[in-house]
Amino acid sequence: MPSLTRALLGACALGVFSTGMLSAAAVAETITIATVNNGDMIRMQGLTEDFTAKHPGIALEWVTLEENVLRQRVTTDIATKGGQYDVMTIGTYEVPIWGRQGWLVSLNDLPDSYDIDDILPAIRGGLTVDGHLYAAPFYGESSMVMYRTDLMQAAGLEMPEAPTWDFIAQAARAMTDKDNEVYGICLRGKAGWGENMAFLTATANSFGARWFDMDWRPQFDSEAWATTLTFYLDLMADAGPPGASSNGFNENLALFQTGKCGMWIDATVAASFVTNPAESTVADKVGFALAPDNGLGKRGNWLWAWSLAIPAGTQKEAAAKAFIAWATSKEYLDLVAESEGWANVPPGTRTSLYENPNYAQVPFARITLDSINSADPTSPTVDPVPYVGVQFVAIPEFQGLATAVGQQFSAALAGTIPAEQALATAQTLAEREMRRAGYTR
Amino acid sequence: MATRHARTAARIMISPAVLLLLGWMLVPLSMTVYFSFLRYNLLMPGMEEWTGWLNYEFFLTDPAFFDAIGNTLMLVGGVLLITIVGGVLLALLLDQPFWGQGVVRVLVIAPFFVMPTVSALVWKNMFMNPVSGLFAHAAKAVGLAPFDFLAHAPLLSIILIVAWQWLPFATLILLTALQSLDSEQLEAAEMDGANPLNRFVFIMLPHLARAITVVILIQTIFLLSIFAEILVTTNGGPGTASTNLTFLVYAQSLLQFDVGGGSAGGVIAIILANIVAIFLMRMIGKNLET
Amino acid sequence: MARAVSVRRKAVVTLVAWTVGLAIFFPILWTILTSFKTEAQAIASPPLFFGFDWTLENYATVQERSDYFRHFWNSVVISFGSTLLGLLIAIPAAWSMAFVPGRRTKDVLMWMLSTKMLPPVGVLIPIYLIFRDTGLLDTRLGLVIVLTLINLPIIIWMLFTYFKEIPGEILEAARMDGADLRSEILYVLTPMAVPGIASTLLLNVILAWNEAFWTLNLTAAQAAPLTAFIASYSSPEGLFYAKLSAASTLAIAPILVLGWFSQKQLVRGLTFGAVK
Repeated sequence: MPSLTRALLGACALGVFSTGMLSAAAVAETITIATVNNGDMIRMQGLTEDFTAKHPGIALEWVTLEENVLRQRVTTDIATKGGQYDVMTIGTYEVPIWGRQGWLVSLNDLPDSYDIDDILPAIRGGLTVDGHLYAAPFYGESSMVMYRTDLMQAAGLEMPEAPTWDFIAQAARAMTDKDNEVYGICLRGKAGWGENMAFLTATANSFGARWFDMDWRPQFDSEAWATTLTFYLDLMADAGPPGASSNGFNENLALFQTGKCGMWIDATVAASFVTNPAESTVADKVGFALAPDNGLGKRGNWLWAWSLAIPAGTQKEAAAKAFIAWATSKEYLDLVAESEGWANVPPGTRTSLYENPNYAQVPFARITLDSINSADPTSPTVDPVPYVGVQFVAIPEFQGLATAVGQQFSAALAGTIPAEQALATAQTLAEREMRRAGYTR
Repeated sequence: MATRHARTAARIMISPAVLLLLGWMLVPLSMTVYFSFLRYNLLMPGMEEWTGWLNYEFFLTDPAFFDAIGNTLMLVGGVLLITIVGGVLLALLLDQPFWGQGVVRVLVIAPFFVMPTVSALVWKNMFMNPVSGLFAHAAKAVGLAPFDFLAHAPLLSIILIVAWQWLPFATLILLTALQSLDSEQLEAAEMDGANPLNRFVFIMLPHLARAITVVILIQTIFLLSIFAEILVTTNGGPGTASTNLTFLVYAQSLLQFDVGGGSAGGVIAIILANIVAIFLMRMIGKNLET
Repeated sequence: MARAVSVRRKAVVTLVAWTVGLAIFFPILWTILTSFKTEAQAIASPPLFFGFDWTLENYATVQERSDYFRHFWNSVVISFGSTLLGLLIAIPAAWSMAFVPGRRTKDVLMWMLSTKMLPPVGVLIPIYLIFRDTGLLDTRLGLVIVLTLINLPIIIWMLFTYFKEIPGEILEAARMDGADLRSEILYVLTPMAVPGIASTLLLNVILAWNEAFWTLNLTAAQAAPLTAFIASYSSPEGLFYAKLSAASTLAIAPILVLGWFSQKQLVRGLTFGAVK
């Protein structure tokens, strides 16, 4: 006993002592990069030797976090000017809001060799505020249909390149074989503005629904939303997997990879996971199609880009810019292709990548580009709206509001409340929030 | 023994602790109270203005508010019930002589050392997942349809996860108390013909009362602010089925970044927690009188 | 035990106790097992218990991606540092409450405990602003301070209950022999309370080690402990059960081992005055 106590006390003493001496060995300039724990970012972390070889004066510190934690951390930090990060990974939702606040450093002065005009126009538009590019896209994504070619054939159907929702519903029911744990369609159900609401908002666009009218009045009491939600609930009840109300991107990915989904409508980046034989049992049986529509002129696909931005007020702007220019450059794409193969290159950011014959070999290259190009954040809906954003509304109140609404829809999917009640509550929540934030009286 | 000198010394020695805690309580608290009267959204700087009771009004009329209070009480009550009943039973079991006592005790206390985030992640993904979780496999093996825990019994699932973490703590305290019980008293009762149930009810339980009070007090303090487990597993849903007060405050302040509304919620949560505290103190005071 | 226990009864109890013990431990065991599987095996259906190819790949990946030892060391410094600092403040306070009780001692104690009921999310922004202005963001010192304050009430209460068990006469005898207050506490009280202090220390190290709100929200790269390390493995895109299991095992292993080795000390003192 005494020896143990002594050991513990010793450890304490050591601990307190070392608290005093913070990192002494920092000769090089160190920039701290906050990023999300997605595969492409992890890969980048593994390739930093290339950067440090080119920029010996700059050392990199990584803070890799799960998406929600990351968002909460970087938002708190930038809004309070905490100054803990020199480069932040943020999405197309944050950039317009933060850019307008003057919280980000403009990237318009990146060197010519960076070739800013090479960035896909749809993506670039989403990251630009008043003519300033406030974040450089690291990878871009839209959503699309991924389906099992073998199951589609067994059902005696053929997937068109641009399917309608009716076809999807028909095919999903035909492919379902619950006894063998094959579910016709896997869709997001987990509550969250970036989870089920991303999917449902994009889907609602194709059904002619919208979040707000031109006077910022919430529209959940509209016919179009009722149709959207009922369609989704019915389809999931007939052809969805059990527990769908807690399925997000990841859960569905695992289901699809283990052969339990006939179709899956989700992010285009998933294509490289489901076709990877090391992870997926169905790698050679996957086909792709554009996200469905209802013939109203809008498809149900979204647009997102994980991007790198520099918080205004950092002392290390030059180093941070050097890093961003490296991480989102054409050369970086070549570097990844060289070490990991073309299929693993971060997609959806540069025109030149899609003109590259090597990349055209990748089975999902063209469909990804078509999906991205068919999304228009500035005119996302059938009827006009006062906001920007396809699967989100680029106002600060959206995160909290959409998560609360997502909870309602998730509960409807779980069967704990009927669709009408979910929509009515969503309408009340949205009206309250809009009134509180001063959009409506 | 309490000379004036000793009293002075006692005051001096207790003061660092009191001052620190006072500061820790008052500084953030007064800032929180101040913020709670402002329209203050982190994402819209420069628009702060005095709004009076508006934040409170919105928080108190939030449709989720009463659900959250109910869920908070259910969560605390449910976990207390499971850990105390389970803890007493486990303590009785571990108090018996058997082979490998040390090892079993080590196994039983292990969950207490696991980080809440880790245990929530493990339970959610590897056990309760209705497709690839172990419970689903077990259900299928006996021919039942897998139960979707987090969608259909979200609060109960969270109660189970939290109870698993706190059961060792309750067991340990109750076991220590049980071991201090005079075995002669038990034997005397046995001689008098008292059956095991009577012995438990009339001798052991009164002896354990104090330990149970301690378990209730300590666990309540921690359970009122349960947060990580909810964030990781259900995000408060479906609907508001597993939103507790802490989570509601979180949604206001770190999802909406509405510092004003979040602060108002925080103040309300503090008031409610103190009501619970006063209630508890009364109960404890009776039982812990020395 | 005065009466002999029949072997049969002992065997039955053994069986029941082991079953219950293993059931309670099973989630941890399963996590450890999963950490040695490949990602595909980790979600295999039916689940694989032992018949899989054991691999260390996940551990290698985890170590390559995030510097485990840095997070580990931060956790050690923060949890032991805050506990030790807490003890320094708490021992005198507990002494005075136990040996020179006043009319309001109990109220003070209860008030201290009630400060632990502040919901941390409600005060994050104020604390963040204070930390920003004092330069404590992302420093171990900052976390040591916060965790000390958070756990101080528990430390004081635990110590108070031990100190009260110590007969006051012994202290008085020491005083008669001319011991001043400092030596009274240092040479008479503290040695007698060693079991209590040891178990207080252990319990608080565990609590501090597992604290996941402040440690995650007040750190970035420099001071991030194992709780932040875990946050980079929960729900990324792609399969992650095996890597998550490996990271989880790494995060809980040190405290699990410490807890097991010192469980006698922990148990001996973990009464909170529950035993009279």
